[in-house]
Amino acid sequence: MSGATTSPPAEQLTVRLKKSFRGDSGSPFALNVDLAVAAGFTILFGASGAGKTTLLDCIAGLQTPDEGTIAIGEVVLFDSESRVNLPPRRRAAAYLLQSLALFPHMTVEQNVQYGLAALNQRDRDARSGEVLESFRISSLLQRRPNEISAGERQRVALARALVTRPRVLLLDEPLTALDAFTKARILDDLRAWNQRHRIPVLYVTHDREEVFALGEKAIVLEEGHILARGSPHEVLHRPQSETVAQLAGFENIFAGSVTGSHPEQGTMTCRIAGSTLDLEVPLVRVNAALPLCVGIRAGDILLASSKPHGLSARNVLDGTIASLEQRDMKVIAVVTCGPEFEVHLTLGARESLQLKPGARVWLVVKTYSCHVLQ
Amino acid sequence: MIVQALTLTLRLAVMVSAILLVIGVPLAYWLAFSRRRWKFLVEAVVSLPIVLPPTVLGFYVLVAVGPLSPVGRWYQALTGHTLAFTFEGLVIGSVLYSLPFAVQPMATSFAAVDRTLLDASALLGASGWRTFWRIVLPLGLPGVLTGLVLSFAHTLGEFGVVLMIGGNIPGATQTVSILIYDQVQALDYATANRTALILLVLCFTMLAILYGLRRRGTWNVWEWR
Repeated sequence: MSGATTSPPAEQLTVRLKKSFRGDSGSPFALNVDLAVAAGFTILFGASGAGKTTLLDCIAGLQTPDEGTIAIGEVVLFDSESRVNLPPRRRAAAYLLQSLALFPHMTVEQNVQYGLAALNQRDRDARSGEVLESFRISSLLQRRPNEISAGERQRVALARALVTRPRVLLLDEPLTALDAFTKARILDDLRAWNQRHRIPVLYVTHDREEVFALGEKAIVLEEGHILARGSPHEVLHRPQSETVAQLAGFENIFAGSVTGSHPEQGTMTCRIAGSTLDLEVPLVRVNAALPLCVGIRAGDILLASSKPHGLSARNVLDGTIASLEQRDMKVIAVVTCGPEFEVHLTLGARESLQLKPGARVWLVVKTYSCHVLQ
Repeated sequence: MIVQALTLTLRLAVMVSAILLVIGVPLAYWLAFSRRRWKFLVEAVVSLPIVLPPTVLGFYVLVAVGPLSPVGRWYQALTGHTLAFTFEGLVIGSVLYSLPFAVQPMATSFAAVDRTLLDASALLGASGWRTFWRIVLPLGLPGVLTGLVLSFAHTLGEFGVVLMIGGNIPGATQTVSILIYDQVQALDYATANRTALILLVLCFTMLAILYGLRRRGTWNVWEWR
């Protein structure tokens, strides 16, 4: 029970399970996964209703799989054949729920020490002191959850979950509500913590920044199945996987290479692979040796029916509408400019521009709407 | 007369509320969280005293505690007297009569506790027992207090059940409401008026405090979730 100096041997979380469940759309799915999560961060991607939360619930013991096994190292948490099903409180799985679920009537200190009931007061103080330090919330001890900021609440929830020395950490989109700066700082602290403790962390997110900040591995879940797995880079940029691109929030992802750099303007030029199309993108530090991708959200692209002038946007691309498709209240246009771009429009925009397949159009993309991924 | 009846009534109300705290809280917890299919039957039984005429309830309790029933015989063998027409009998009848007034607010406030807090508690290694004491009870406290105040006030004002089970024995079973009935029967309207006013003021004050506290949010201090 000594401090963080001795890190326990890293244990692997293995999950093989089947469970039928209802997705967000209400239609039944079968969750059917087989995965091993090594110590370190593994990102779990998936659209809502793909089964991510059900999977985490099964690992934590809040839901019971129809069949399968769940184990951490040698410790079996669930096994349908030998009828093992440990209750959540015996699984030593820390699970950060999306709502955080801090106890509103307790102070930060009481919240953090809640899981340490088995220890005496001195050990409890020592343990919580250490983790409060790691997450920089030592100054908030006597505050209530409603008296601290959203970022601080995240830190308290993390500290409360980790102070129990769990064997695995499950995080369900824990940082979605935070601004990028706060998020990055919390992620740094979380990563530092896990460098000392080396437990498997399964992290559900939609956020590309989080994937690249944390991800050592990524798993993509769709309709209950694992669609892809690998490094975040491989998974995010695999071009044939539409789902992955959508999950990353980019309908348009192009492989490319840097052809020019303009540090004085804070931009660089990027040639889209297999075309003669150059995009002006923000200047970022990239490793020229690694492949590079440019992601553009379909909603960030402007569409003009005549060549626009006097724009601040640096990328004006000449193209032809390949198809127009209405989905709910949104029009999805595919425009060929060499490579194909997906553009999202309102119904009104389609009417007023009188867009038809085959029509000549210009795409306008701001430099800062081009996201360089590597 | 009035003082004696008032003391007895308050003693009865305190005892009933105390007993309802002990049996109402677990019952409310069960009603709030059980997934038994026959739970609705228990809910119906608990709510019966709201719709049942007090005389009907009183009659059945009287039969149940009388010398012809097993319970009555057992009690008689134990103590040497029956429960009917005693203070203890009154307590039993009143507990049943006020049960829904205690249990329903408690169950409602327990059920309103965010389930994710219960999950979080279990995930942090807490037993069901610990989760109840540390999470459900503190967060459901407004409902528990409401239930206690309501059952207290309800016991103060009951009449039919008391009359059926306890009769009208000054110092043993004569409550304020029975006393008022007595005074009216004796055409002593002036005294009846005074007694009635005491009861009215007492009940009004209690309810005013209850709703006043709830309005100010003193009992709902945990708004943030």
